[in-house]
Amino acid sequence: MSTPTDVIRLPSPQPRLAAIGRIRFRDYPVIPLTILAIIAFVAIFANQLAPHNPEVGILSARFKPPFWLHGGSTEYLLGTDQLGRDVLSRLLFGARISLVVGFTAVIFAGAVGTFLGILSGYLGGWVDQVVMRITDTWLALPALTFAIFLAAIVGPSMWNIVIILGITYWTRYARVIRGEVLSLKEREFVRLAIVAGCSKRTIMRRHILPNVINSAVVLGSLMLGVVIIAEATLSFLGVGVPPPQPAWGLMLSDGKQGLMVGYWWLTVFPGIGIMLLVLSANLLGDWLRVKFDPQLRQL
Amino acid sequence: MSDYATTQTGHDPRLALPPPGAAAWSGAVGWLLRFLHQPMSRFIIKRSGYALLSLFLLSLTIFFFVRVTGDPAALLVEPGASPGDVAAIHHQFGLDRPLWVQYWLFMVSLAHGDLGQSFYYQTPVMGLYLSRLPYSIELAAAAMLFSLLIGIPAGILAAVHVGRFWDQFGKLFTLLGLSMPAFWIGLLMILLFSVYLGWLPSSGAGTPWHIIMPAFALGWYFAAAHMRLTRSSMLEVLGSEYIKLARLKGLPQTLVIAKHAFKNALIPVLTLAGINLVLMVNVAIVVEYVFAWPGIGRLLYEGIAFRDFPVVQGVVILGGAMIVLVNLVIDILYAVIDPRIRLGN
Repeated sequence: MSTPTDVIRLPSPQPRLAAIGRIRFRDYPVIPLTILAIIAFVAIFANQLAPHNPEVGILSARFKPPFWLHGGSTEYLLGTDQLGRDVLSRLLFGARISLVVGFTAVIFAGAVGTFLGILSGYLGGWVDQVVMRITDTWLALPALTFAIFLAAIVGPSMWNIVIILGITYWTRYARVIRGEVLSLKEREFVRLAIVAGCSKRTIMRRHILPNVINSAVVLGSLMLGVVIIAEATLSFLGVGVPPPQPAWGLMLSDGKQGLMVGYWWLTVFPGIGIMLLVLSANLLGDWLRVKFDPQLRQL
Repeated sequence: MSDYATTQTGHDPRLALPPPGAAAWSGAVGWLLRFLHQPMSRFIIKRSGYALLSLFLLSLTIFFFVRVTGDPAALLVEPGASPGDVAAIHHQFGLDRPLWVQYWLFMVSLAHGDLGQSFYYQTPVMGLYLSRLPYSIELAAAAMLFSLLIGIPAGILAAVHVGRFWDQFGKLFTLLGLSMPAFWIGLLMILLFSVYLGWLPSSGAGTPWHIIMPAFALGWYFAAAHMRLTRSSMLEVLGSEYIKLARLKGLPQTLVIAKHAFKNALIPVLTLAGINLVLMVNVAIVVEYVFAWPGIGRLLYEGIAFRDFPVVQGVVILGGAMIVLVNLVIDILYAVIDPRIRLGN
């Protein structure tokens, strides 16, 4: 039997617990964050998690299928490739390469693009003309073809790829950020800063930059997937990360040779890795876009 | 020029005075002056100027990168050449001359349509490019057809059933298209349809069967883009007043969607499709590589694999030029249709 006091207590539980109860999981990108966290975890602890050396194989153990198929063993859970290297270990280390290249290239592109976008938008005049003409030209080039061209002339290496992807994709940031700056510089706080005697440099650094950084982050999260696919494509074509490093694109290129004989595990697993990573990056990017910046919805 | 014509062109010569003495000039010069005073021709001249500037910057970028990233002679000689050969190449291509002279010569040969000689095929790059181009266009057309056949109906379904099954299904389709690398889709299709089922040929060109898988692999990404745009464009149109009026008149749903909404929603989608068709010709390298499709993407790949540098450079320059020119044509067409564009700025 309940007393009136019980009835009164029920709707007022402890405030902190109530706050947790109010978080609805569908308001947050739980699935992409979980996938990204798992991929980041295996990338960081690849040394501890990988059962074999990813770059050295045992030739007598070539083309072993995954463990659940006839001929597979639990020693090589996801099978081995044409050099007898463990596919699982290569996948784990490959996550590291994809994440490192993806994030550094996006940050590099973002830094260059944001810098030039602010400069172009705030200073205007001939600076604006020069930067925007260059941006237009680079946007006209098919980004991937241009990246392949650059990679073909500078030669394969992981850091070359980061720089190439950075200088290929900065233009999109420059475009968007310039547009934001053009409207920001007409706002009151910027005018007040001018009246207060701030130098152009100070205004750009202290007043403009903090206001465009949100857009840069949102754009960056959307670019992450593009850049990861670009890296995989370059590696697949043999102008990206050089062998024997375990990049996912490179694994797919190895897998292509065993495709017609039916060694499907060499093709399916690295592709799933790329797909999950890009999928969660895209979902996260979409969420951030809606959350932070309604203006970008039109992009 | 009648008053009607001046109002239609939006430019009144009585307001913008002709240059002094213009009335006295006659014939070709007068015609030229009048031509230059038309907003439309001014727009075309200005826009063409930008396109020329873009082409100039494009050539400069490629010229600059080739020379900054190392000795172009190393790229121009076949691997394993002796130092004497390298020196001969230096002299032959004028690499021992000042940079601006080199750039001038580079531009002169470009202007003559001369992109150099392929090492591997021993024929001019331009000829090679033109012989491969039809295959690329064929693939792009097939991929475009596929992407529109899937993207437009799916986009309409999603817009009509917002938030329900078709919309969710469409979102999933879009997300997968944007998240799976085209070459992986291609590899999976080869695995399924060529290796296991044996239905389709895994590589080469020639019969209609050959084009199905490459077109699908290339087209999925674009189908996703077309679907997204169709959906948002359709939603915008469906929310407009004239659609409400059509519904108030009591027209059946299918008629409203098929006749009133669809036509207007299609305009931005077809514009995007036009731009994408050119992009498809130029980004198909990885799909062409997977399916051994003999287009310009495959030519670029061969150029990289055989260190055939003139081919690589030529394909990139021509690809960039193609996109700059198509953008120019589209902008001019827009200006023809929409006076706000040619009068703006």
